[in-house]
Amino acid sequence: MILEFFEIFFTAGFWAATIRIACPLIFATLGEVICERSGVLNLGIEGIMSLGAMVGWMSVYLGADLYSGIFIAALTGALFGLLHAIFTVYLGASQHVTGIGITMFASSVGFFSYKLILPSSTTPPKIIPFEKLEIPFLSEIPFLGEALFQHTPFTYLAFFSVIIIFWLLNSTPFGLSIKMAGENPMALEAQGIDVLLVRTVSVILGSSLMAIGGAYLTMSAFDAFYFGMINGRGWIAIALVIFAAWKPERALLGALLFAGLDAYQVRAQQLAGAFIPYQFFLMLPFFLSIVAMIIASKRTRYPKALLIPFRRGERH
Amino acid sequence: MNPLLKVQSISKSFGDLTANSEISFEVNKGEVLAILGENGAGKTTLMNILFGHYMPDNGQIYFKNNPIKFGNTRHTISLGVGMVHQHFTLADNLSVLENIIIGQKSLFSFSLSKKTALDKLNSLIEKFSLPIDPDAMVSDLSVSQKQRLEILKTLYKDCELLILDEPTAALTPQETEGLFKTIKNMVNQGLSVILISHKLNEVLSVSDRIIVLRNGKKVGEKKTANADYKSIASMIVGKEISYPKKIKSKINREVLRLEMVSYKSDHDLDVKINNLNLKLYGGEIIGIAGVAGNGQQSLAKLLTGHLKPTEGKIFINQNEVIDSSPKNFMNQKVAYIPEDRNKDGLVGDMSIWENIIMTETDSIKIFNQLGFINSKNSHDQALSICKTNDVRLQKIDQPARLLSGGNVQKLLIGKWLYRKPQIIIACQPTRGLDEGAIAAVHRMILDARKDGNGVVIIGEDLDELLSLSDKICVMYNGHLSKPLDTLKTDKLTIGMLMSGKGF
Repeated sequence: MILEFFEIFFTAGFWAATIRIACPLIFATLGEVICERSGVLNLGIEGIMSLGAMVGWMSVYLGADLYSGIFIAALTGALFGLLHAIFTVYLGASQHVTGIGITMFASSVGFFSYKLILPSSTTPPKIIPFEKLEIPFLSEIPFLGEALFQHTPFTYLAFFSVIIIFWLLNSTPFGLSIKMAGENPMALEAQGIDVLLVRTVSVILGSSLMAIGGAYLTMSAFDAFYFGMINGRGWIAIALVIFAAWKPERALLGALLFAGLDAYQVRAQQLAGAFIPYQFFLMLPFFLSIVAMIIASKRTRYPKALLIPFRRGERH
Repeated sequence: MNPLLKVQSISKSFGDLTANSEISFEVNKGEVLAILGENGAGKTTLMNILFGHYMPDNGQIYFKNNPIKFGNTRHTISLGVGMVHQHFTLADNLSVLENIIIGQKSLFSFSLSKKTALDKLNSLIEKFSLPIDPDAMVSDLSVSQKQRLEILKTLYKDCELLILDEPTAALTPQETEGLFKTIKNMVNQGLSVILISHKLNEVLSVSDRIIVLRNGKKVGEKKTANADYKSIASMIVGKEISYPKKIKSKINREVLRLEMVSYKSDHDLDVKINNLNLKLYGGEIIGIAGVAGNGQQSLAKLLTGHLKPTEGKIFINQNEVIDSSPKNFMNQKVAYIPEDRNKDGLVGDMSIWENIIMTETDSIKIFNQLGFINSKNSHDQALSICKTNDVRLQKIDQPARLLSGGNVQKLLIGKWLYRKPQIIIACQPTRGLDEGAIAAVHRMILDARKDGNGVVIIGEDLDELLSLSDKICVMYNGHLSKPLDTLKTDKLTIGMLMSGKGF
């Protein structure tokens, strides 16, 4: 019996599921990392993901191809990112209040337009989502092939985006500026760079990643959109950012860890459901995340200018 | 020869406050120009206009005959002006090299070209002999290394005019000397430097020319070769500074006594305080000298009830203190002038009068029986305290953080003197103040002594301690030396004690 709990780790299906579950979290956490690195907390994440899920799915349902769907979702995210930036960056409003406002606004707009376009559907209509792309040769490796190389293109995109964001933050002038804007905006200003521009672009970029994360759920993980499907993934991403110490490579690790726990609990439920209530397993990933966060976040350094609006010409 | 920089009648006001009015001056190539003035004279504002942080209300600035576009730091930098701010503008989470190359390439280009940048940086490090590790994280640098990095940052951008805003404020004497060497080195290589300072000695030793600002106006200009300390000092404050003279005062009864006081905290960072003995009489000043970090902070807190001794006894007026709380010490007429006056001395966002009455919770004139604040009485009391102590303010309602350092200190001391204390514990009472304010603070302390107060001054400036105190003790590694009579001791003896010899 105990042995069976260990055997889960040796099934390729478990690892494949882990990767699948991790993808929306990877996109969302990367998005939040970029926002916060520039000094702006984006609590709009949950709503933007929800809207991204709806818009991406709806575009495909109305006839767009899958890649255009991702693009349209990203564009919608960017738009709400701009809205967040106008309030928090240019007007210096509270980032908490604005973020929660954006979440409520974006998810309501999503549900509202869904109902507007599809007023009378009781069962959610379906689209043809991304199909598995088996990578030649690699996918034929026993175990590893099934676990890693039999996924949808959208999944590969998630992992590719980690590399892109890592490169952006560490090897480009804009990435350096993002990091400086979140640490000491006055220093950035003294180098002749527009802090407000850097922050705005970061929030827009981050928000579009969040929307793409939402779209993954309706276009790759499932094939339909329904209410409440984000189910707190945005808030998990906020926590993962701290676990990741604001680093993209650690964001990947954190997302995989959480997803692994989630994939494990589903399988453990089936084994032990008879004598342990299933709610216990549902709780596990969250509980263990909290434990991991406590251990990991003890030594993390916050971006020093996080939550602090920057105003030009003011005495600092 | 055409001057490198020409500043023509620059004016700027913030609301009612005129920060700069009709200021004109020039800087030549290869010259160190010092801009002197008290805190709040408008030096930093002027430089922020020149560098493009602020827009002036009117006036023109030409650099190499090109007019400077105001409010555009990028343009100013591109012309060849560099500025090292008093508060460093560095990002702690980035490396030395990264801090330098930011802003060098277009924001949205694809690569950083670290290799070429590193080569250029290394050649600058060599040319100006400013050693620094390009890969070190800024958070690991010391204050003087950070300043070196700031200077390299401007040199990297091919600056021809370097503005240094209060560059020695946080440096040790040795580091200051090193900085002056760097300045002379840069000037020899053809750069020009504007040095903003309120430390007269330093300015006289390093500059070629001095201009003096007062209340936002230029009040004087002199070649350093023809300048002397006294004439410049009076130019800065606008009148002859009368340095207070210490007259012998009568020592009366004992007001404070420490008996074998020890203190050990749970934090390993603090120095353990070991068996301190001290006697303070009314009408005398005891100076506590020592290198920072030898337990002075804990001592100040023990003397004001912020810390409770783990062993030993404190007596005030011969009575043992049982309740070690700030409130009790206040009731026993102990006044506390904290080291960090802005952080521990007042609440910056609250108004001046609120800050003044904060310590008056026991006064029914201010707080009536129902606990309401009597607005008129508090305003009157605050105004009279400010007036007696020459605190210069616009309005009694203005946030206290808008006051300059000297005025904050005068306000703090004045507020305590109003309570007619018997014992004054002052930590670094003149740190960061200008000449005029220092003289005022000294006068207040000496007056308090004349009135029969016992005063403890904890400080690092040995000259100041020697001139003010009747006795001096040295603090080293949590121990306190025997008191020395200031008339019968010299700097050498004290210096030996400060380095731990003779305990």
